[in-house]
Amino acid sequence: MRFTDLLRFAWQVLGGYRTRTLLILLAMGIGVAAVVAVSAIGEGARLYVVNQFGSLGTNLVIVLPGRSETAGAMPGVLMGKTPRDLTLDDALSLKRSPSVLRIAPLIVGAGDVRVGSRSRETPVLGTTAEFIQVRQMDIGQGRFLPPGDPRHSQPVCVIGAKVAAELFGPRPVLGEWLRIGDRRFRIVGVLARQGQSLGFNTDEIVVVPLAAAQALFNTEALFRVLVEAKSREQIVNAKQDIEEIIRLRHEGERDITVITQDAVLETFDRILRALTLAVGGIAAISLAVAGILIMNVMLIAVTQRRKEIGLLKALGATGRHIRAAFFTEAVMLALGGAACGLAVGKLGQLAIGQAFPNIPFTAPWWAVVAAPLTAIVTSVLFTVVPAKRAAMLDPVMALSKR
Amino acid sequence: MIRLTGIERVFRVGDEEVHALRGVDLAIEQGEYLSIMGPSGSGKSTLLNVLGLLDRPNAGRYELNGRDVTGLGDDELARVRREAIGFVFQFFHLVPRLTAEQNIELPMVLAGIEPAERRRRLDRLLAEYGLEARAGHRPDQLSGGQCQRVAIARAMSMGPTLILADEPTGNLDRHTGQEVMAVLERVHHEGGTVAIVTHDPEIGARAHRRIRLVDGEVVEDKKE
Ligand SMILES: Nc1ncnc2c1ncn2[C@@H]1O[C@H](COP(=O)(O)OP(=O)(O)OP(=O)(O)O)[C@@H](O)[C@H]1O
Ligand SMILES: [Mg+2]
Repeated sequence: MRFTDLLRFAWQVLGGYRTRTLLILLAMGIGVAAVVAVSAIGEGARLYVVNQFGSLGTNLVIVLPGRSETAGAMPGVLMGKTPRDLTLDDALSLKRSPSVLRIAPLIVGAGDVRVGSRSRETPVLGTTAEFIQVRQMDIGQGRFLPPGDPRHSQPVCVIGAKVAAELFGPRPVLGEWLRIGDRRFRIVGVLARQGQSLGFNTDEIVVVPLAAAQALFNTEALFRVLVEAKSREQIVNAKQDIEEIIRLRHEGERDITVITQDAVLETFDRILRALTLAVGGIAAISLAVAGILIMNVMLIAVTQRRKEIGLLKALGATGRHIRAAFFTEAVMLALGGAACGLAVGKLGQLAIGQAFPNIPFTAPWWAVVAAPLTAIVTSVLFTVVPAKRAAMLDPVMALSKR
Repeated sequence: MIRLTGIERVFRVGDEEVHALRGVDLAIEQGEYLSIMGPSGSGKSTLLNVLGLLDRPNAGRYELNGRDVTGLGDDELARVRREAIGFVFQFFHLVPRLTAEQNIELPMVLAGIEPAERRRRLDRLLAEYGLEARAGHRPDQLSGGQCQRVAIARAMSMGPTLILADEPTGNLDRHTGQEVMAVLERVHHEGGTVAIVTHDPEIGARAHRRIRLVDGEVVEDKKE
């Protein structure tokens, strides 16, 4: 039997039993689409997180108080003993390291920000002039906090774009005054719109000089210190230097945690990749279900098409011919189902992409390869038994029944 | 051309043994036209299935075109069926989803014949069996007589030397039955060996050699 004839024969069978064909295509399609869509969501989440960290700034090293036993864990979930405070002097001392380019100490709190009768509760960030470079943020209007001795502060602030819009509406904001608690600040700049970045929406913050924040929140303790290493290669050195400098300052106690962006990224990357694989695998179970469906349908086909199989044998078909016909049919179904599934999965991915434009949903290549492959392999595997049964059918018996 | 010696076919039903064929000896020459008759259950279909290599005898020897085919493997038997034997059945056994033409083409497709050559043979067969106008029709759009003509054309498509027909008119009215017989007899006139199982004495009498089976034994073998 020629290969093209085999294809044509299988095609005629598929066309001859339309409902059955469509049902299997549907089952296969759903399986493949599920794998593609689910893994696209997982991969999208992974890329989103990676990008979020990427937007923190390059060569970034984060220093936070408290010792963490698990290096590279999420900053928010760190476990540790009540640590010694990280102070401004600690932060400034880090500049001694030759690997450190810039530092930005950070104090974070919530403040009641008022302009005239309008008031709004926003996160207030106390930091220094270098913060904007360390975090690689852009200024929309005006300028950032003025450089100078971080121990003394001028009554100035920089606000997020959303804060500006909410407090002032369309009015110009530069040079205007606002109140946080009982202190007055003159607005010298507005941050460029940037959106969400690691839990902070920078559009919604107010940035004040560090010393002002210390007074506002009545604390000397830093929330964390952002350090920018001189280059990517210097990150490791910077980390070692930071640990050493603080240890000396803290009487030999290693009571800080230093997180490098790479370590955090890697952890997230690993977790989310595993998660994507897991959900993709779960979705792949639906493919196995589709395979079982194919087996059932094929077994029914052997009974339904007894006469036909008997006839083909009487006409000179060998067992191999019969098996080939069944397998061709199964593979065609799988390919068709996979194609439908990939198309639907892609559409689904585009649809979710429309709904969440911030998240880069793309099915990872392994899902796009593995899903159709699994579809084909399962359908072939589950056709083995029916095909064998058909090939062994006794033609006399098959033909004698009306 | 065909030589059966001591052919036995025994079916086991539970503890019982049914002897469908008992020690059948039969020699058929190339170009013979023979009918096989006998009461129901006498083993006619079984004999035809053995002749057509669809069924294996439990004992005895079968020589086809000078070759012992008794011990051949399944694939080899299929090849011989494909190339040397044509079957015609009482219930036509056409594939319902395929057109008349595609049904006729099936044995050639299984044999892996080139599409161009298939087309040539198809055109000839369609013309020969008066099916040109019906080539694209499916079996449910054809009359019984047309279906049987399609089945005969299919049986002839590989140019077999032996045509086996099991009650080919059993499902047709008298007139259509005569028509189909005329077609089968044309095959015989062209030099083919034709064996027909029938219950109709009139049709049986048309054959030049008449075999009568009773209880799996050949009890009568008349030649003209
Ligand atoms: N697969 C089988 N299993 C058991 N017994 C069988 C089988 N096939 C045929 N037989 C028996 O063998 C005997 C011959 O059967 P066969 O079909 O050859 O008869 P037949 O002459 O063709 O009858 P009919 O004219 O009714 O078609 C019968 O007794 C039948 O019951
Ligand atoms: Mg019979």
